[in-house]
Amino acid sequence: METEQTREYGTVPTRRHRAVADRAFRWVTLAAGLGLVVMLGLLLWVLGEGGWRAIREFGLHFLIGRDWNPVAGRESYGALPFIFGTAVTSAVAMMLAVPIGVGVALLLNEISSGWVRNPLAVLVDLLAAIPSVVYGLWGLYVLVPIFDRDVEPALESTVGRIPVVGDLFRGAGNGGDLLTAGVVLAVMILPIVTAVSREVIAIVPGDLREASLALGATRYEAVRMAVLPYARPGIVGASMLGLGRALGETIAVALVVGNQPRVGASLLQGGYTIPAVIANEFREATSVGLHRSALLFLALVLVAMALAMATVSRLLVRHTARLVGGAVEVRDEAAVTTMGMA
Amino acid sequence: MAIAVGSRPLQAVSRARRLKDRGFTALLWLCAGVALVPLVLIVSYVVRRGIAALDAAFFTNTALPAGLPGGGMLQAFVGSGLIMGFAILFSVPLGVLTGLYLSEFARGRVASLVRFVAEILLSTPSIVAGAFVWALVVVALGSFSALAGGIALTVLMWPIIARATEEVLRLVPDELREGALALGVPRWKVVLRIVLPTAGAGVFTAIMLAVARGLGETAPILLTSLGNDFVNTNPLAPTDAVPLRVYFYAQTPFETWKTLAWGGALMLLLAVLILSITARVLANRQLKRTA
Repeated sequence: METEQTREYGTVPTRRHRAVADRAFRWVTLAAGLGLVVMLGLLLWVLGEGGWRAIREFGLHFLIGRDWNPVAGRESYGALPFIFGTAVTSAVAMMLAVPIGVGVALLLNEISSGWVRNPLAVLVDLLAAIPSVVYGLWGLYVLVPIFDRDVEPALESTVGRIPVVGDLFRGAGNGGDLLTAGVVLAVMILPIVTAVSREVIAIVPGDLREASLALGATRYEAVRMAVLPYARPGIVGASMLGLGRALGETIAVALVVGNQPRVGASLLQGGYTIPAVIANEFREATSVGLHRSALLFLALVLVAMALAMATVSRLLVRHTARLVGGAVEVRDEAAVTTMGMA
Repeated sequence: MAIAVGSRPLQAVSRARRLKDRGFTALLWLCAGVALVPLVLIVSYVVRRGIAALDAAFFTNTALPAGLPGGGMLQAFVGSGLIMGFAILFSVPLGVLTGLYLSEFARGRVASLVRFVAEILLSTPSIVAGAFVWALVVVALGSFSALAGGIALTVLMWPIIARATEEVLRLVPDELREGALALGVPRWKVVLRIVLPTAGAGVFTAIMLAVARGLGETAPILLTSLGNDFVNTNPLAPTDAVPLRVYFYAQTPFETWKTLAWGGALMLLLAVLILSITARVLANRQLKRTA
């Protein structure tokens, strides 16, 4: 009786030990996970708290005012030129990158031979690996001269003659500008648009496509009638993720956009973007003042837009997955791809 | 699947539809061509200009005043190493633990919150990470520093490692976990001794991808480490980094500095491409083994 009890006492603590160890381990991992949530909260709070002074001082003027003057005593902060530049460069990038990215994604889905598909997919992904400063350097010394000398004068003398639309193409050839920045951004977001589009196109059930082919549809018709309708919300999601990237890109844009605070119709003239102004002016704004507060508020606007895009994008991609019948589980290849994109 | 398309009787499809189909296929290939042109152009141009910059001085000298020949990027290499060291030190444990939580323990609302936050944090603009750490750490420490740079990169790398680690841990078959649990192995030991080692190469891949991303980032480091013309090993003082130097020199009119910028760009491109290609090869091998 006594021996049995001691034995029992001997086992109980170890079992408890084990439970404690298990629980402690779980808590450590949970703490790391919650740490991520705390970090996001802290980020939003730090930027909001830092930007509060600028919001209070300038209110709506901050978003619609055109004069940005950090000179002490005459301080005025109207961020419209930066918001304008960010919107225009991102829009140009989207108009170029979305059709091409979706095209590449469709092609990758259509080709069945692995030796063409895999290298193609890898090469497009590698575009995402190139550091943004390398894009910027190349854009500044290769793309900007080519655009100034050949592309933009050509655009101005052709499309530029059309009334209304032509206003977009006036004043070619004076260094970096909105169009060039948009083209560089398009190349930079192409891989993410391609990868996410490919992910959603891949989860459209093959039966639909095959059924339409069996009914006599051509490949084009199968894609248009069986694949795209299902993939559409996901493709919109992919584009939004690309848009989020384009909004926040800093260094490449800062090097090629011309850095002139300007609001105007022409794409062939310089502009300025939100990330570029933060990168260029933070050095003068180290002391706690209005300038600093204005820059932090700009960062807050930027992160709010990027996170909103990411959220909507995630929801749309998930919506596509649900639409085609919960085929979310095995997409290992796509998972690795998105890993690379990150 | 594609065979079925080729073998359908051609006369059954009208000429117009056939042409449209051909045109569509050609258009898709055109897209692929257009997508690859910039890659080829950028890589070849950077290699051509960059190789001209590489000499002994490039690796052994520090920055020199404008116009003087023989300047190098030593301070940038050392600084990049220091900043990345901090970034890896912080982001790897945090990221892997978060990934472990998401794949092994996550259940319920808290888990979906963590997963959601990890996913959207992947989209944080890098300049925002910089501005955040600038307002928080740089101000608190009173100086730009390698430490602050490492923290800014951690903001970006932590969610990458977490999500990627989760994905690879999910590839580990549940039978392994169940087998070990059935033998009476405690949960934490199952995770650390069986799940993690099985997915080892995959986790390593995840870390490499995050490092590749961090290494090439300029904006967050600019706002937190600032740059330095001299070799600096003090973690609390302003520190240089390769992408920063490339950015500075790109904006100058001096040929010697521009050449150094191309050299730095080549180094960055090489490092990042090698890391991402190796990671991809490892990941594919891992996929094949677990599949």
